[in-house]
Amino acid sequence: MPIVQINQLYKTFGNIEALTGIDIRIEEGELFGFIGPDGAGKTTLFRTLTSLLVPDSGSVSVLGLDVVRDYKKIRPLLGYMPGRFSLYQDLSVEENMRFFASVFGTTIEENYELVRPIYHQLEPFKKRLAGNLSGGMKQKLALSCALIHKPELLLLDEPSTGVDAVSRKELWEMLGVLKEGGMSIIVSTPYMDEAKLCDRIALMQDGQILQVDTPARIVSSFGRPLLGVKSASKYKLIRSLKQYPHVYSVHPFGEYTHYTDRRDHPDPESLKAYLRNCGLDDITIKEIQPDIEDSFVELLTKEKAYV
Amino acid sequence: MSEAIIKTENLTRTFGNFIAVDNITFDVKPGEIFGFLGANGAGKTTAMKMLTGLLKPSSGKALVSGKDVYTETEGIKKSIGYMSQKFSLYDDLTVDENIRFYGGIYGIPHAELSHKVSRVVDSVGLNEVRKKLVASLPLGWKQKLAFSISILHNPAIVFLDEPTGGVDPITRRQFWESIYEASNNGITVFVTTHYMDEAEYCDRVSIMVDGKIEALDTPDGLRQTYSTQSIEEVFITLARSAKRGGT
Repeated sequence: MPIVQINQLYKTFGNIEALTGIDIRIEEGELFGFIGPDGAGKTTLFRTLTSLLVPDSGSVSVLGLDVVRDYKKIRPLLGYMPGRFSLYQDLSVEENMRFFASVFGTTIEENYELVRPIYHQLEPFKKRLAGNLSGGMKQKLALSCALIHKPELLLLDEPSTGVDAVSRKELWEMLGVLKEGGMSIIVSTPYMDEAKLCDRIALMQDGQILQVDTPARIVSSFGRPLLGVKSASKYKLIRSLKQYPHVYSVHPFGEYTHYTDRRDHPDPESLKAYLRNCGLDDITIKEIQPDIEDSFVELLTKEKAYV
Repeated sequence: MSEAIIKTENLTRTFGNFIAVDNITFDVKPGEIFGFLGANGAGKTTAMKMLTGLLKPSSGKALVSGKDVYTETEGIKKSIGYMSQKFSLYDDLTVDENIRFYGGIYGIPHAELSHKVSRVVDSVGLNEVRKKLVASLPLGWKQKLAFSISILHNPAIVFLDEPTGGVDPITRRQFWESIYEASNNGITVFVTTHYMDEAEYCDRVSIMVDGKIEALDTPDGLRQTYSTQSIEEVFITLARSAKRGGT
């Protein structure tokens, strides 16, 4: 049985089309990621999956239950961590935990083993008000509260937005532990580099899913030789590359600017000669492996005519 | 070698017993793209507030565009631009009105302003929507507009506080192209960001831990010093040594 099955899901708010024909099937035990920028429809999708929003049309089933008809049965089975911090700021760490446990008819003690790896880091501060915690600790508390009733499916909407790299790394390590324990996890993120930590990902933009696959297969579908070009004069380099007669795409990617050619076999030597003619003498060119971000950029380029 | 555009010496700020920024000393060169990284709570925001003339230091020295952070804060504000991810545009004003409003605040003469407004809307490709309310624009367009406005008065330095969070990867790259262009035109760019891969776009990067600058080098230099593949690994190594709560 799939853990999530969505067919032709549509949702609009006034004249904003938030979701336009979403189809997806997510299997039990997967760590599945929805990757996309702000406004892609990730949060609307999460609110639909958690039965908080009713679809305009289409069907959505979670754990074999219909999100509209069976919402009362679904809710106790889900652990949901919304994007915005939604705990009680004026309750302590421990009070928040007890509150969420009691709402779901359980106790901290009953499911302590499940939350222990995260919660034990918070226990020294258990009398502190949630509002006075740092960003990383708030995130750990929110995750503990979402897990305390031992849900069958964990949904995390942008858990890593606004937290620093160390907290992000710890969060993903924790998700790995939960997955090993057999939990199904659905997560959303605007960070492309987190995509590779998921079993499968859906790339989203403008209320649509552009591609669904494993990170490795998404990368291998890139389909063009990719060159990294480096110069200290980055602006001049980008301008010059865009004027190269064989250019297909030019995107700054940090130290190296990523370049693809309209031909099947780009010629680094003649490109280098061309750039030297443009006055760029410090050029390094190397062939590089595309990553998820290259693939996403390419999909977006096909999708909309970005100039 | 040109004079530093930002120069700090043992710059410190305490709040009671808490040393938010602890004796930081560094220089930023004119036209440089300088990445200012640190974990949550490392002291970045406090340091930024001192450099933008919003907060008086407890001790130490700092000159921003040649002006003293103790005595010339008004002069500093005129010579810098600032853009934050939580932005600064007025949703209920049009694109044109936003540009005019900020132009007015920065004292750009009326005659010059019309010309500037046209140039900005052209450069960010917003000509067709210039009479539309900013609220109706996609996030990526708003960010491009906010950046153009932050350099409208041709500042010596522009401070960008997590400028590209949450935008799609193409818009993000277009944004970096604008940053490179500004730098190419001689504007110094001072960026704070949570995106470690974004640090790789900078000419040099500093990493703050517990109020101190623990590392400062080119992205390449940092990777070599710490024998890692990415700035993210350097950052995690340093940030994990932090004593004070943040994570």
